[in-house]
Formats: sequence, structure tokens, C-alpha cells
Amino acid sequence: MRIDVENLVLRYGDTTAVDGLTFNLAGDKIYGLLGRSGSGKTSLLSVLAAFRRESAGSVRVNGQPVFENADVTRDIIMIRDGGETVKIGTAEDAVYFAEWLRPNWDGDYARSLMDRFELRPKAKVSEMSKGQQSAMGVVIGLASRAPLTIFDESYLGMDVPSRYAFYEAILADYMLHPRTIILSAHLIEEISSLLEEVVIIDRGRLVVHEETETLLSRGRAVTGPADRVDAFTSGFTVLGTRQLGPTKSTMVYGDLDQDQRRQAVEAGLELEPIAMQDLFVHLTGGPR
Amino acid sequence: MFDDRSPIYRQIASRIKADVLSGALKGDDQVMSTTQYATYYRINPATAAKAFQQLVDEGVLYKKRGIGMFVSPDARDTLRAERRESFFAEVVEPMISEARAIGIPLRDVVRRIEEREQR
Repeated sequence: MRIDVENLVLRYGDTTAVDGLTFNLAGDKIYGLLGRSGSGKTSLLSVLAAFRRESAGSVRVNGQPVFENADVTRDIIMIRDGGETVKIGTAEDAVYFAEWLRPNWDGDYARSLMDRFELRPKAKVSEMSKGQQSAMGVVIGLASRAPLTIFDESYLGMDVPSRYAFYEAILADYMLHPRTIILSAHLIEEISSLLEEVVIIDRGRLVVHEETETLLSRGRAVTGPADRVDAFTSGFTVLGTRQLGPTKSTMVYGDLDQDQRRQAVEAGLELEPIAMQDLFVHLTGGPR
Repeated sequence: MFDDRSPIYRQIASRIKADVLSGALKGDDQVMSTTQYATYYRINPATAAKAFQQLVDEGVLYKKRGIGMFVSPDARDTLRAERRESFFAEVVEPMISEARAIGIPLRDVVRRIEEREQR
């Protein structure tokens, strides 16, 4: 589903959580929404999923406004960080409820996911561990096959093996049933290879929206003798530097052409890619 | 040496190129699908598709619409020629530097190579 966010503002009283965001997602891809704690991720997603009404600006999904628009919201599911939020009754009841609510629900798939995450149908959701509640949310989110599926840190309560099972499930199901999926998380390294595009926000504003591979190709660590590193990196946006005796490593952001790469190698400098997580830390301003 | 492409591309490409060089993949053999690669490496299928596209651009693979990706008939010869070109710069030179750094006389290295030649 196509998503158009224009000059979006969301305020809670005196607090501005989303501060003039504009971006467009063409849809049918796996997107990552990355941002630090309190950057406005959940606020933005809540408006996308029609849980909240925007203070100003607009959000359109397939050209339609979402707030109080049942034709559109039927096709949107957002699983929040608590995982399954319907805590009345058993896992089976939660599944029954989702089946009734979701037009594309796949019951067989839901059962196979529940087996995979070892969720017992008769277990009471309110008595489940945090990890199991998260897994329950993941089952509902995936088996709904909603054209716009949003996981807002919904898998953070899961342990490492379960999270990896989730990453595999999401990829496999996306390839069989392409749809728009938005993942928000701060475990960036774990999810970055799943993402076709990333949107990074900070303090309610857009930092960058780019294809993952393009973004990664813009970041480089240039390492070598300090004076040569400085000479080479002088024209670039410097994200950060580290020095160990005479050796300096400078992280730069920007496109490097073939000539520049050759120059670097001839100057005895090493060029290495930067992990998404490091790029993210520097693009969002380092420690606060 | 100037390879600045993504680690994912390099992972996929080096595997396929190694298989072509060793003969495990022959000309006109079909390679695994983007979906299979995406599942195996746990990566977005668009990323896998891009790596394949680069291999097509390099002439290692070719596409048959609706069927899949295949190894170019001359891929092995091309890759061998490329590797031959970079062999001295990328394999021999670093070996000489290493030998010097740790104090192995080059004539010892040459002698070893000659012994292998005679075996």
C-alpha cells in the first residue's frame, strides 16, 4: 500500500512528538523505521494505523485518509511493543477474534506459527510471559496478512532464538505474499538485512529515507596514517573519528567514486563499510 | 582491490564465482533463485536481486525471463582471465611483503616454488 505522509505534526499537550514529517513509501516492500527512544516512532506509526488523529498535516494510505476510515483501517494492522494486546481469554480466543476482524486471515498459517513459537492454544494470554505475549502479537500480525502490517518493536520481548524465527518467518511470508511491512526497532543490526528501505527519524523529524543498500554504501570508515586520512576526508561529511596512536579512523558519509577509491588505496588507506547501527548512531547525533 | 560493494553482494558473488571457477557451476547451469538466496542469507529479496543484477552486468550470469538466472557460457574463462590479471598484485605481492616482514629470504620462497613445480 502506498503511504504519503505530508507535513505531519502530532502534539500531546505541550509536547511535539512528530514535527513536520514528510515522506512517501511506494509500498509492497519491507521498510525499517529507525529512531532513538522518544524520537517519535510510535507516535508516527499510531497515526499511520489510525490509533491517533494528526494535529496537523496528513497521512494517506493508497490516497485515502486513515483516521476513522474503516475501508482503509481494515487493511492495516499494527502490533505494538506489548505484543498481543487482547489479554482477555486464551490464545485461541485471540486467534478467533483476529479471524473475525481480518479479511485475509490465514488460520493454518497462524497454527503453524503458534507451533513454531510453542504457544499453547489453551494458554491464557494474561498469564503468558512477556516473550510469549510478544510472540502471540507476531502470530496475529503475520497471519492477518494485512496489506499494511506494522510491527512496532513488537518482538523485543522475545528471546534471541524466537526473534530469529520471527525474522525468517517474516521474510518467507513476505516473499509468498508481498505486502507493505514496517518494522520499527532499535535492534538495528538484527533487522537491517531484512529491510529494503529505511526511514530514520530524530526528534520527530526526518533524518533520511533511503534504500538500505544505498545508505550503507554512503558510509565508509577511512583508516590509515592520521595526516593522510585527514587529507583524504577533508571534503566529506565526517560522522566521527577515532585515533589509536598514529593511526586514525574517520567515518565519512557521502558517495565515493571509483577515482576516489583508487586514490585512497594508493595513499595506503583502508576503506571499510560501516554497519547500519554505527551509521544510525552518527546520523542521529551520538550519545545524549 | 577497489571492490567497494556491499558485504552481501560480495558474499553472494564470491560464492557463485568460486563455484564457477571450480567447475561446480558450468556454463548454462541454472543458479538458485533470488528467493532461495534471500532465505539462505536471511536478506531482503530485493538485495539478493541486486547482487544478481551486478553479476549479470559483469557477464557472469544471464537472465531468462520468467525462468531464472543462468551461468554465462564464457563465465569461467572470463573469471580466470580476471584472476590471472590480478594474481601478481593480489596474491604474489602480499606474499613477498609478508616474507620480508618475517625475515624469510626470497630465494627460499623461490626454491619452494621450484620444488613444487618438479613434484
